[in-house]
Amino acid sequence: MRMLRNMLRLMVGQPPYEAYLAHMARHHPEAVPMSRIEFFRNREQARYGGAGGGKCC
Amino acid sequence: MKHIPWVILAVVGAICLAVLAVSRGEPINALWIVVAAVSCFLVAYRYYALYIARHVMRLDPRRATPAIYRADGLDYVATDKRVLFGHHFAAIAGAGPLVGPVLAAQMGYLPGTLWIIFGVVLAGAVQDFMVLFISMRRDGKSLGELVRMEMGAVAGTIALIGAFLIMVIILAVLALIVVRALAESPWGMFTVAATIPLALAMGVYTRWIRPGRIGEVSVLGFVGLIAAIMFGQNVAASAFWGPLFTFTPQTLCWILIGYGALASLLPVWLLLAPRDYLSTFLKIGAITALAVGIVVMAPPLRMPALTQFVGGGGPAWSGALFPFLFITIACGAVSGFHALIASGTTPKLIGSEADAPFIGYGAMLMEAFVAIMALVGASILDPGIYFAMNSPAAILGTDPASAAHAVTAMGFPVSADLLVQTARDVGEHTIVSRTGGAPTLAVAMAEIFSHVAGGTAMKAFWYHFAILFEALFILTAVDAGTRAGRFMLQDLIGLVVPSFRAGTSWAPGVVATAICVASWGFFLYQGVTDPLGGVNTLWPVFGISNQMLAAVALMLATTVLFRMKQQRYAWVTVIPTAWLLICTLSAGALKLISGDPAVGFLAHAAKYGAAMEAGTVLAPAKSMQEMQAIVFNDRIDAGLCAIFLAVVISLMFFTVRTCLAALRDDRPTVNESPLQLVPAE
Repeated sequence: MRMLRNMLRLMVGQPPYEAYLAHMARHHPEAVPMSRIEFFRNREQARYGGAGGGKCC
Repeated sequence: MKHIPWVILAVVGAICLAVLAVSRGEPINALWIVVAAVSCFLVAYRYYALYIARHVMRLDPRRATPAIYRADGLDYVATDKRVLFGHHFAAIAGAGPLVGPVLAAQMGYLPGTLWIIFGVVLAGAVQDFMVLFISMRRDGKSLGELVRMEMGAVAGTIALIGAFLIMVIILAVLALIVVRALAESPWGMFTVAATIPLALAMGVYTRWIRPGRIGEVSVLGFVGLIAAIMFGQNVAASAFWGPLFTFTPQTLCWILIGYGALASLLPVWLLLAPRDYLSTFLKIGAITALAVGIVVMAPPLRMPALTQFVGGGGPAWSGALFPFLFITIACGAVSGFHALIASGTTPKLIGSEADAPFIGYGAMLMEAFVAIMALVGASILDPGIYFAMNSPAAILGTDPASAAHAVTAMGFPVSADLLVQTARDVGEHTIVSRTGGAPTLAVAMAEIFSHVAGGTAMKAFWYHFAILFEALFILTAVDAGTRAGRFMLQDLIGLVVPSFRAGTSWAPGVVATAICVASWGFFLYQGVTDPLGGVNTLWPVFGISNQMLAAVALMLATTVLFRMKQQRYAWVTVIPTAWLLICTLSAGALKLISGDPAVGFLAHAAKYGAAMEAGTVLAPAKSMQEMQAIVFNDRIDAGLCAIFLAVVISLMFFTVRTCLAALRDDRPTVNESPLQLVPAE
């Protein structure tokens, strides 16, 4: 169930927030991580705002 | 011992293929095709993908992927392979694998089935897999950068120009399909138009009310969609609202162009992102439902295995089986556009090299399965209905009686009553000459879904559900593609004028958007006003360009194998490259110089030019002005074909040169990122 949820979210360009938090805690403990909402908007912009994240015909 | 189940599976697949190949005349069940395809795909995955992984690429699970050594929790995230499979599949599967096979069905179901099965196993999946591998070993770089790294700066720039032109053609052809599906259809138009306020409301919801709740907002949006489909029937029937949502193709074309420009300038969270949720989830859901529906219904195929159009002269698109079948089914068998996806986000998310066959090769097999289902859909329809829907008005006339007469004369008996009744069943005014593939597929999906749920009474609902599903993700692709095309163009112009790059100021963005929209808008308008229906002209150009990009990607893969000193395995990419080059170069050359005006652009232009000299107006043009437009369009299309040919031939030259240079070296010369091992936990 959790996997399905992750899959559906990644299909629209949203990686899991928990993984991001874990990464930040491990490698950048001194930095303040983005909040869940900031993270969501950051990923939204990354998917649709730039040249990346294209789709096929 | 472990091979025994696979041997059985291979035998099952071979038997199914044999049944398909030898049966003539007697009706055959669609499940033969489905089982043949699935068993071939599984066997190919188990043996060929593994062979490529072990011997050709020498994948090494101990080697860290970019998601490991560059992990940032954002772009580079090691992802579960099943989750990533879904992401990758959703990114590669779109309208292409649905439309191409429907159009290809005019030659019967057999040629398309065989090309999809063998094309994907030997070419399409190999291409996706190789590009994913190459990008994964180079920090997840994009196709243009990869070509630049391995073949030089000039080759990289040529590849980028080619990719941009292909993007333009794809957008035009996709938009044309929407125009053909929605023109003169108030019900369809209303439901698609309703998605815009719906998406805006969803955008506001995810921005301010409940940020980030994709699941919630998608469920709300879905409920809205279903309501719009049901309410659309009343709108279409209303004396006031019905005509208000009935548009001619020309008007729709201008609406789409204006929409495309506006949508690519709006903030992404407002329109693009929420509509992407709807279209992505609807796409996955509808594809799953279609698979279940086909298995439950197990419909017989009514299209013959081969039709008389194998030799050419078909009404949906012109040209003979070779080479034109192989460019008509592009996505589904092999699609160059996937090279852009496989070198996009996926290589940055892959957690282990061992996952690459499943993602790269496996997701493409899945797309081929979608193509097989579309082919099955088109082939379970009465051939009379199929040809009445897919022939241009220039052949059919405009009313059911003339269409029934023309299609019966082709050798597919059909009555005018049946055409009228089918249109009434799906809630449309007419089904005559609804070209573009999408309406045909929608009729087939309505047939399958109503068999499983709702019966004949639900056909009209399912038809418009299918149209909405196709139009929705095509429109999302048009938005996203215009945006992506804009950035490609800014990068390209930025090579010459550095201040044009993205992020410097807003003006270049607007200019690049305008150029991008104007380019695809031009081809869209040309297609919409084309008396032969446009799809006839544009789809082959799209197919040629898409397959050429595939050839470019496979040439890159070949170069990389030579530079890895793995040239004894280079046949894996050389064989599909050679086949694609043979198909696309001959198709491109035929489109350019064929003396048959139905095939060659220049011959067509010459025919109309000569008539203009003589002062006569040739049908379907109605005035000298239209004659001039036809000649002008022909020349533009010919010029485009010539550019594509030049791109491919020049990259062929770079490939050969780089491979020869690599052969002379006695050491590997690839530019892979330095080896880093997966850290021990």
